[in-house]
Amino acid sequence: MVAHAIFFYVFSIIAVISAIMVTVSKNTVHSVFFLILDFISISCLFIMIGAEFLGMIMLIVYVGAVAVLFLFVVMMLNVAQQKNQWFNSEATSSSHIPVGLIISTIIFFELIIVVGGWKYKPELSDQKTTQISNEISNTHSLGQVLYTDYIHIFQISGMILLIAMIGAIVLTYRRREGVKTQSYLKQISRERSEGIEVLEVQSNKGVKIDD
Amino acid sequence: MEYLNLVFEEVYKILFLLVPVLVSVAMIVWLDRRVWAFVQKRQGPNVVGPFGLLQSLADALKYIFKEIIIPASSNKIIFILAPIITMTLALIAWAVIPFGEDQVLANINVGILYIFAVSSLGVYGIIMGGWASNSKYPFLGSIRSAAQMVSYEVSIGIIIINVLLCVGSLNLSDIVLAQQNIWFIIPLFPMFVIFFISALAETNRPPFDLPEAEAELVAGYQTEYSGMMYAMFWLGEYANILLMCALGSILFLGGWLSPIDIYPFNMIPGAIWLILKILLLFILFALVKAVVPRYRYDQLMRLGWKIFLPFSLTYVVLTASYLFYFNLLPKL
Repeated sequence: MVAHAIFFYVFSIIAVISAIMVTVSKNTVHSVFFLILDFISISCLFIMIGAEFLGMIMLIVYVGAVAVLFLFVVMMLNVAQQKNQWFNSEATSSSHIPVGLIISTIIFFELIIVVGGWKYKPELSDQKTTQISNEISNTHSLGQVLYTDYIHIFQISGMILLIAMIGAIVLTYRRREGVKTQSYLKQISRERSEGIEVLEVQSNKGVKIDD
Repeated sequence: MEYLNLVFEEVYKILFLLVPVLVSVAMIVWLDRRVWAFVQKRQGPNVVGPFGLLQSLADALKYIFKEIIIPASSNKIIFILAPIITMTLALIAWAVIPFGEDQVLANINVGILYIFAVSSLGVYGIIMGGWASNSKYPFLGSIRSAAQMVSYEVSIGIIIINVLLCVGSLNLSDIVLAQQNIWFIIPLFPMFVIFFISALAETNRPPFDLPEAEAELVAGYQTEYSGMMYAMFWLGEYANILLMCALGSILFLGGWLSPIDIYPFNMIPGAIWLILKILLLFILFALVKAVVPRYRYDQLMRLGWKIFLPFSLTYVVLTASYLFYFNLLPKL
């Protein structure tokens, strides 16, 4: 049990510190790296409580795909220029502050509601809707719950993600005129007779080729 | 004291796995160069030691004694971290590879997901190296590789789903044991082909070695690295290739199982069968490097997203329908 506690505290301290560093560090790329460290330590915590499937999926989806795209975008930004806009010029920074304040207030009240409910009405969060058995692995039990009791919610969330993806593609798609693209079908189905023409060339006269 | 003994035992086991892996990485580099040379009617490295077997050790010695140059304008911490991450990730994935019935370091329930997660983390070594070098070629190389590895991970994941549908477990030993009657390469042959090509792209091997395309980007993300740090990138890359070969032989070629279950064959220990299968896949990797020209970047993306992804998704639907219709779905 002691080893378990030690590992728990190590991972949670790393998680908390890196979460703070995400917001504190001035270099945006460093922020993303700290975010990745945060994700990794959270997935280690998942694995420690026995939710191995969730921990691995967290690693694959968030660290392996989402954070890579984050990093991709952040590395492309011109950080020096952005710094001037957000931190130095007073006109722009003041217009961002109210929005930030509103969002953080909402999150603060949500946290109060959750923590308060957990503290004073423990029976609300204690109701287990499904039986957890130790005989089957948690991958199986997740699948059994997701595809039976919660099938509609699961499918709807999938549809929302799909629509969001299509929306993003539609918003950023632009058709460019006059771009030469390779047509594989045309290339493969080309015959020798279409590509090559054999001409009789008389000496000192040459031939004219009309394209 | 008892606890210490336990730790020592684990360390001993880990060393017993890691030292052979590292030695075989060195040997496999030699094999790669030899196969490549023979296809092109050259001799390849044949001077150091018998058949040139010690060439890689000589190279490693040279790298160790070379100076490590850290560019003045680089981001030093991340620059040093990048090769370390690449090599660590390439080695920790070996923990779950089963070499026999009980011969596995960590027999975890979600073994295949673990390997998949570790191999998807591998892209960070390359991105960090490219970004921290603070130079144009490494940066372009790392951006290319990020897009490439994320794209091909998708199709590898869906191929793994195909196999898992037939097995009903995420444990690698269970996956091997499920192939006792028939190796998955026979019913899932198209998936094996796609897995092989995606594994080439995932490990940045030719014809998909665009992150380090010499003619365009010098050496891609490795351009600014020298000495031992370069060697670590290189070790990590080959350890990853071996890992992908091991994964391919576990998923499709029956892992440690012998091809025919009769007397002289099933006496040979399973580890040897697994090693033979890994070698077979690796020689295929090396042959592909020698005979296929490099893809253009848009062709690479087209292959990943427009051909492999729809095809493997369709195959998932087909496999699932087949198993469901004939009531062959694995029981809990």
